Amino acid sequence: MPEAERDWDGVRLHVVSGKGGTGKTTVAAALALSLARDGRRVLLTEVEGRQGIAQLFDVPPLPYAERKIATYAGGEVLGLAVDPKAALLEYLQLFYKLGRAGSMLEKVGAIDFATTIAPGVQDVLLTGKVYEAVRRREAARPVYDAVVLDAPPTGRITRFLGVGAEVVGLARVGPIRSQADRIVSLMQSPQTAVHLVTLLEEMPVQETLDGVRDLTAAGLPVGGIVVNQVRSPLLPARRLSAAGKGKLDRDEVAAGLRAAGLPDGPDVVDGLLDEAARRAARVALEKRERQSIASCGRPVYELPEVPGGIDLGVLYELAELLHEQGMS
Amino acid sequence: MNPRSGHGPTHLDVDALIDDPATRIVVCCGSGGVGKTTTAAALGLRAAERGRQVVVLTIDPARRLAQSMGLDQLDNTPRRVTGVDESAGGHLDAMMLDMKRTFDEVVEAHADPEKAKQILANPFYQALSSSFAGTQEYMAMEKLGQLRARADEDGSWDLIVVDTPPSRSALDFLDAPQRLGLFLDGRFIRLLTAPAKAGGRAYLKVFSAGISLVTHTMTRLLGAHFLSDVQTFVAALDTMFGGFRERADATYRLLQASGTSFLVVAAPERDALREASFFVDRLSQDRMPLSGLVLNRVHPAGSTPFSAERALAAAETLAGDKEHALTAQLLRLHAERERVSEREAALAERFTAAHPDVPVVRVPACAEDVHDLAGLREIGSGLGG
Repeated sequence: MPEAERDWDGVRLHVVSGKGGTGKTTVAAALALSLARDGRRVLLTEVEGRQGIAQLFDVPPLPYAERKIATYAGGEVLGLAVDPKAALLEYLQLFYKLGRAGSMLEKVGAIDFATTIAPGVQDVLLTGKVYEAVRRREAARPVYDAVVLDAPPTGRITRFLGVGAEVVGLARVGPIRSQADRIVSLMQSPQTAVHLVTLLEEMPVQETLDGVRDLTAAGLPVGGIVVNQVRSPLLPARRLSAAGKGKLDRDEVAAGLRAAGLPDGPDVVDGLLDEAARRAARVALEKRERQSIASCGRPVYELPEVPGGIDLGVLYELAELLHEQGMS
Repeated sequence: MNPRSGHGPTHLDVDALIDDPATRIVVCCGSGGVGKTTTAAALGLRAAERGRQVVVLTIDPARRLAQSMGLDQLDNTPRRVTGVDESAGGHLDAMMLDMKRTFDEVVEAHADPEKAKQILANPFYQALSSSFAGTQEYMAMEKLGQLRARADEDGSWDLIVVDTPPSRSALDFLDAPQRLGLFLDGRFIRLLTAPAKAGGRAYLKVFSAGISLVTHTMTRLLGAHFLSDVQTFVAALDTMFGGFRERADATYRLLQASGTSFLVVAAPERDALREASFFVDRLSQDRMPLSGLVLNRVHPAGSTPFSAERALAAAETLAGDKEHALTAQLLRLHAERERVSEREAALAERFTAAHPDVPVVRVPACAEDVHDLAGLREIGSGLGG
């Protein structure tokens, strides 16, 4: 696709969120692959300690270091699992050259305090590492053309990215405060887009719409909405509607089964008609939910349900689909 | 059970579990987005309609689910759910956890009014009580302890069903109370506030240089206000020291007690089942009583007796034959659904291979939200059936 038709030119940080169970890690990975086209270099990061990236790309668990995990159409994707403790120690080392104090902090529980108890500090550390990767430069150009963040779910995303909230309230001065302020200004800039992943079901769609509202209110740039696991209708519209009303021709189905050399008893026909009726209900639901999503006016991308499950090959296909729809 | 697999898991008999008067607490846990809260609510309703005096503690229910139980707003006290069939002698109360309110109540109950006021006004306390990632877990367990105490005292309930917070990891709620307890009672906070009290002289000699380095670094990092807020908070909390750790331990023991029963909730997805696996291991390691796995959102195999491959092959045979276009389409649809249920069955089998002793109940998927008690009842019959 020509440069001009890509929807997120100028965006360097793609944050991918979504309700739990909608497949946000899969979408983040497909987006990262897709952005790596044409010789670009993309970093895919995760911050929740789940090692979802390693599982998807079928590589050993990621350390706190950037590792190449895939290549695609001349570009490459590196993976990074950000760990708050390691990020804090790295940060302290970088700015304070702590030798002995580092282990002393660890020993008395200060590192635990900062990374698990102190409200908001963990978020600053996690987003801080992402910030550093986005801003890192070598030979006068950015090291990464894009950074994709597999972020916490929609319910927590605004708080996570608006790292200001707690820390700003508590740490009124000092490096953590200035760090938080710098991160917030990147997150709120046009260089960032927060994409939300949803299914065409009531709860995830509602959560997506709430998410768009909360992000907007917090001044965070909402990107696209990725609708995942869309069912293909498989039947033409008129037939599907007949299936929903129980009006498909039983004899026609039975005749077809006989022609194919399959059992054609009433149970078999009922089973097939029942599946068709359920598909009709599902497609009708998807249509309603699609309209709700359209109401928020964001670009929408759709990915199909993959009946056999996600593997590396499927991931590349999903990347291709995102590219065809202009997301990369 | 999957008819194609030779040796499936034992069936989890949820009705037997909730009918057993010895079952006093049921904890529903699992990763986010697997339908934990709905499972807890459906289970509570089913138990109530089978004669138990039930209270359901939900953490962060979707709006519609809350409304289906008549809970319109966050309310930290149990309310009677109307529309429940009470003919078997049971009833259902439900509540949503308000973690800040619960934390405030703990403070108010354990400090004199003057001190409580100081604590509640402290900025560090306010941030901690409304945002710390582990506070919700801690307060859920605190609330469970309170409900249990009240049940023992006045017999309000004979069954408590608990939802667990949507943590990034299903294990967080087991650890968070102790983590917070350790912190509040711990060495670090004492060092920060009153180094002289922390240990003997010899200890201080070795560590004092380090300690001042620590406080110095923290102050430089977080700003002097932050530390002084923490220090004021801890000083005000001094009377409650020991209390937090003790309470966390008490809740932990309550979870291990014989009347408690854990249900691990998962969806037939790789990530959710992996998390469920970790959780099962952790529960057994901690000697917590696990009853079984609730596998939600299962797409069961249809009644049509042929496999995805056979249906697809037949659809190919019919391809191009206009007369049989409908049958070919239906066969393709069937093949697709079979592949989904085959994948799910394979994931479930992998779980069972790793945990052969864990009973499983499968609950069919439904795309639409629960809007009312009838919807919850239906899920309940899936659980019990």
